[in-house]
Amino acid sequence: MTSQEAPGPRDIAVVAFAQTDHRRSTEDSSEVEMLMPVLHEVLARTGLKTSDIGFTCSGSSDYLAGRAFSFTLALDGVGAWPPISESHVETDGAWALYEAWTKLLTGEADTALVYSYGKCSPGSVRDVLTRQLDPYYLAPLWPDAVALAALQAQALIDAGHTDEPALAAVGARSRADARTNPHAQLRGPAPQGDYVVRPLRAGDCPPVGDGAAAVVLAAGDRARRLCARPAWIRGIDHRIEAHGLGVRDLTDSPSARLAAENAGAFERPVDTAELHAPFSSQEVVLRRALRLDDSVCVNPSGGALAANPIMAAGLIRIGEAAARIHRGASDRALAHATSGPCLQQNLVAVLEGDPR
Amino acid sequence: MSKEPVAVTGVGQTKHVAARRDVSIAGLVREAALRALEDAEATWADIDAVVIGKAPDFFEGVMMPELYLADALGAVGKPMLRVHTAGSVGGSTALVAANLVAARVHSTVLTLAFEKQSESNAMWGLSLPIPFQQPLLAGAGGFFAPHVRAYMRRSGAPDTIGALVAHKDRRNALKNPYAHLHEHDITLEKVLASPMLWDPIRYSETCPSSDGACAMVLTDRAGAARAPRPPAWLLGGAMRSEPTLFAGKDFVSPQAGKDCAADVYRQAGIADPRRDIHAVEMYVPFSWYEPMWLENLGFAAEGEGWKLTESGVTGLDGDLPVNMSGGVLSTNPIGASGMIRFAEAALQVRGQAGEHQVDGARRVLGHAYGGGSQFFSMWLVGAEPPDS
Repeated sequence: MTSQEAPGPRDIAVVAFAQTDHRRSTEDSSEVEMLMPVLHEVLARTGLKTSDIGFTCSGSSDYLAGRAFSFTLALDGVGAWPPISESHVETDGAWALYEAWTKLLTGEADTALVYSYGKCSPGSVRDVLTRQLDPYYLAPLWPDAVALAALQAQALIDAGHTDEPALAAVGARSRADARTNPHAQLRGPAPQGDYVVRPLRAGDCPPVGDGAAAVVLAAGDRARRLCARPAWIRGIDHRIEAHGLGVRDLTDSPSARLAAENAGAFERPVDTAELHAPFSSQEVVLRRALRLDDSVCVNPSGGALAANPIMAAGLIRIGEAAARIHRGASDRALAHATSGPCLQQNLVAVLEGDPR
Repeated sequence: MSKEPVAVTGVGQTKHVAARRDVSIAGLVREAALRALEDAEATWADIDAVVIGKAPDFFEGVMMPELYLADALGAVGKPMLRVHTAGSVGGSTALVAANLVAARVHSTVLTLAFEKQSESNAMWGLSLPIPFQQPLLAGAGGFFAPHVRAYMRRSGAPDTIGALVAHKDRRNALKNPYAHLHEHDITLEKVLASPMLWDPIRYSETCPSSDGACAMVLTDRAGAARAPRPPAWLLGGAMRSEPTLFAGKDFVSPQAGKDCAADVYRQAGIADPRRDIHAVEMYVPFSWYEPMWLENLGFAAEGEGWKLTESGVTGLDGDLPVNMSGGVLSTNPIGASGMIRFAEAALQVRGQAGEHQVDGARRVLGHAYGGGSQFFSMWLVGAEPPDS
């Protein structure tokens, strides 16, 4: 099944990436209808068919869909017949990619299809995310995602790590960069607006929207045959922190730093970083934790401040970083994904292209 | 690069009951985790990563509860991965954890699955609002009953086979201190006299709704060498999925189940499962699924599975014991049910199954399924390491 390779861990790469045009609402289509064009596009880029794929893994959340087992319907879009080797994580698709990477490492598969999707439009995502909190002590208080991010932003300001104009500049830069990203939801300047929850203004918050993304992974020579310049995953790791915000230092992200260290991010400088920072203040936290200075091109796609389809936005960071390597715009990139309130859980991948 | 052999060195579960009102969700999962660590004589510091699974988040009303459970499971500063593949999730979660060891990403992984069904109502959690589902299709039983009827018609099995399975499994549960239902006065007559819920499935042929958690410590060769008790070795593991509905789907014996079993047997070098596998712990939420899965997994020819049940082959003292623990029919914390099957298989080959131990169980299959008979996960564990 697998080709002859040198001893040691296998080289695994992102060989293709596709995403939807992220929109405020997709009430005209179901999740399957939103996902299918993306699956077709990512497979078309590699010339693979569903039946050629060794392993399939997806990420999504029932709480966005508002029904149990929502991912089972998405499987219709994959066309799982004849039956496929398949799994699903109830998290951002970046963690589905991690599971698929593990599967390829074992040698049980040479290729993997990873996808994720989220429709935020049917409900109030601010309220929905409160259901993610400690069900006994925190969730009954309904602290919403913006309020919790605002606590974090205020802690950063109090610690002297940023101020409101600097936060505004993060949002403005993200949307300016998104002008060249045809998939972004907010492209070009957007007003900083009023406070949503002090100190965060509208411009510091992500747009609410729907979207899907997919990548294809391949190992070794298979990757070289499927992609002119594969984005090799040199390292990938994820770490979680305590859930209680009161026991965390919200101005720091030790889990992101540890994941980056384990992924080898600090061994050599990266030229690009795609950070999953839904709030401008979280980019400040991550830049510090991941030691990214001004020489690094951060979120050239516009990042989550330009499009934030929950459950897909993290996978999109990996896809965007890989796509830049594919087209020769980057040689070594860091991609980051987050889950949970105030960056509780973080994943870091380091991607590299072959020398040009 | 060859895979690292994977060993199960610790198994822990809670005493499964209808409602664990004395503990929080965190308290429930921690209880199972601590028991698995105790069995492996390991500490939290020995655990490199945590892989957790459960069925739909609506069952407890907590979105992505693994975030809140990070502290209770000693995962802070470690990787924590959440798996969800419907009813098969307990099995899939164990396989994802096993791959982390097999791929040499980690040496020792804690894997855990749970459901605290008393926090909500699973039957209605699974029932979609009209118009997305027929008004009378309430709960899983409403979905599976017609497929059981189809099996009966195809195979010509006598009407009483389902009751035989239920009676056997509930009797087996009496030997398992962790089983939810302990019906000391159960008789075949009582099963047959129980009310019809979803024709042909009677009340006593249906799984209960349970609160419970199950955990396992999975480790590499070096970890197994340090284990205080005999480990169970992973000889083969696989997952397969197919769509819920499509023209030509065989609900009685789904192709994904056949393919999944074939993959496991290929990995483990099993030529004849009936001869080479000594016991099976399979996911039987409704009694009739025992003969149906016996056929789907290759232990009997098509239409012949019920004969194994009828002749007592699947009894605890039979030639191919099935659901020694009492099975899903006696214990069903949905998200954990698949892992309990996998854990029971491990306990059997380790010789740690207590009163429901099968003598000479050297290779045992653990099986889980979910969704509309569309998600399958299985593992075969043995008393000897692979390729030895």
